[in-house]
Amino acid sequence: MLRAWSPARRGERPPWFGALVALAAALVLTFLTLPVVAILVDSSPVQLLASLAEPGALDALWLSARATAVALGLIMLVGTPAAWFLATRRFRGRALVITLVELPLVLPPAVAGIGLLAAMGPEGLLAPLGVSTSLSTAAVVLALTFVSAPFFVRQAQASFSAVDPTLVDAARTLGASEAAAFARVVVPTAWPGLVAGTALALGRALGEFGATLMFAGSFAGVTQTAPLAIYDRFATDFPSAIALSAVLVAVSGAILLAVKFVRGSEALGGAGRPRG
Amino acid sequence: MPADLAVEATTTLGDIELDVSLRVGAGECLALVGPSGAGKSSVLRVAAGLLRPRAGTVRCGEETWLDTLGRIDRPPEERRCGYVFQEYALFGHLSAWQNVAFALRDRPRAQRRKRAHELLERLGMAARADARPRTLSGGERQRVALARALARAPRAFLLDEPLSALDVRTRTAATRELAALLGESGVPALMVTHDFAQAAALGDLVGVVEAGHVVQKGTPAELAARPVSAFVADLTGAVVLTGRALAGDDGLTRVALEGGEEVVSPDGAAGPVGVSVFPWDITIEPPHATVHGSARNRLAAEVTSVTEIGGRVRLGLAAGQPLVAEVTAAAVAELGLRPGTRVVASFKATATRLVAR
Repeated sequence: MLRAWSPARRGERPPWFGALVALAAALVLTFLTLPVVAILVDSSPVQLLASLAEPGALDALWLSARATAVALGLIMLVGTPAAWFLATRRFRGRALVITLVELPLVLPPAVAGIGLLAAMGPEGLLAPLGVSTSLSTAAVVLALTFVSAPFFVRQAQASFSAVDPTLVDAARTLGASEAAAFARVVVPTAWPGLVAGTALALGRALGEFGATLMFAGSFAGVTQTAPLAIYDRFATDFPSAIALSAVLVAVSGAILLAVKFVRGSEALGGAGRPRG
Repeated sequence: MPADLAVEATTTLGDIELDVSLRVGAGECLALVGPSGAGKSSVLRVAAGLLRPRAGTVRCGEETWLDTLGRIDRPPEERRCGYVFQEYALFGHLSAWQNVAFALRDRPRAQRRKRAHELLERLGMAARADARPRTLSGGERQRVALARALARAPRAFLLDEPLSALDVRTRTAATRELAALLGESGVPALMVTHDFAQAAALGDLVGVVEAGHVVQKGTPAELAARPVSAFVADLTGAVVLTGRALAGDDGLTRVALEGGEEVVSPDGAAGPVGVSVFPWDITIEPPHATVHGSARNRLAAEVTSVTEIGGRVRLGLAAGQPLVAEVTAAAVAELGLRPGTRVVASFKATATRLVAR
């Protein structure tokens, strides 16, 4: 096996070096896939179906699906025009604004949860204005939106920045208003990037744990998403936790494949601006 | 009803000041020529509404598109311009016919497809109607861009380097077709290019733009014959030798060239001047020819390069200053010209123009 991977021109590197890098790659692959393999090995299909048939598990998955869908809808609806604004407008403090938008990317989830409580909790900053929620499904949606929106906005902004501004000019001279040029030229041209951004946000929202736990709590059927349900039962009902994990592995894997597919077709010239 | 296009604009572009006032008649083509960064494209952008000048007006026939004093500024989508962008700016996510149909949104959906195909057919692109821009050649893209501009039913054409993205072989045919198309359309056309040959091929009038100003406007022949500056002479393809002019006693002006030698010209001038002469007006003789023609100017030179371009041979010469002459391949063979050959470059005094420096 190792021999087949060695560089074509022999004698350029010492033989042990080829073996070393191959070994390192094998270690990385093993370490990173072992937990996933273990989950899949540990849950026989029969057991998996049985565990999922339990109402609590299905409720958690259903809640995750609904909350993630609503959060993604909000993110795309508001994030897409916001990303276009950040990509095309030059104003004082733009770098600061972009940094602030990206902040949740590096914020520890526990801090995000506390922050959401302080802002929109029962005694939060916005409480005097009547904006207050926690321990509710709406709070779950807010937590998911908060942590995953930057993934989408950042990617969308980068994709919009890469769109040749001449295309917008061309659309305008051909009779399209600025909004029409955005909808009919910019969005389709930046499409692969927008899909990738959506997938990244989707992956982050599905896996969200810390901020949701602190801001929304973990109440079965109301705020207990799949990751919270896994945490809830790993001590008491390990097979059920494994079964839920297996479902999330499958969904995450599908998202990753979808992103690779879109990126791949982009690299082959599936979209983007014309050459030149 | 076709009508004139009039553009007046003053604005700051980076470190140059754009200040132009142009009028193009119906069915005419005005070509603005000048180096990149001179502000040529900005004139088109002002006309189309993509750039708002500090002060100015844009009028197309009866319509006022921009009047900064009257606070009129119609957005680009309300100005019927057939804008052809430098790299054509085709939409990569749409096929050729969909690109054309993009300009037809004010028509019923059922008509758009038919009309788009008609326009592509008119430009000989019917067979590529379903192709995506990235699979089209440069010439094909240009045709799609033209069909798309035509689909807008423009009241004025704005063409930004419409031929520069094409290879030399495609360009000749494309120039002929574009000239025919502009002629048929009967609307004013404003074109910009950095290449005087392209400007001369398409423009009824040529305006030379230097640092935001139109420094000379005239027919291509007028510009070539009577350039107002060394810059214009250089642009028209003439060779410009620099030197200092002194009035001679025989009615001719003597110019002491930088790097030695002297030439004469019937043009009057004094002080630092450029002597412009076209490469095809320069004759090459062996260094010790015993019989001289009527050419008054004779410069000893050394051949530095021999380049054949489409039946002519361009000779690079060092005569104190760099000089270019165009001769036939037969002459090159007869005189045994190759880099290093010593020759005499001669040209008539009347072939020269003295231009201010």
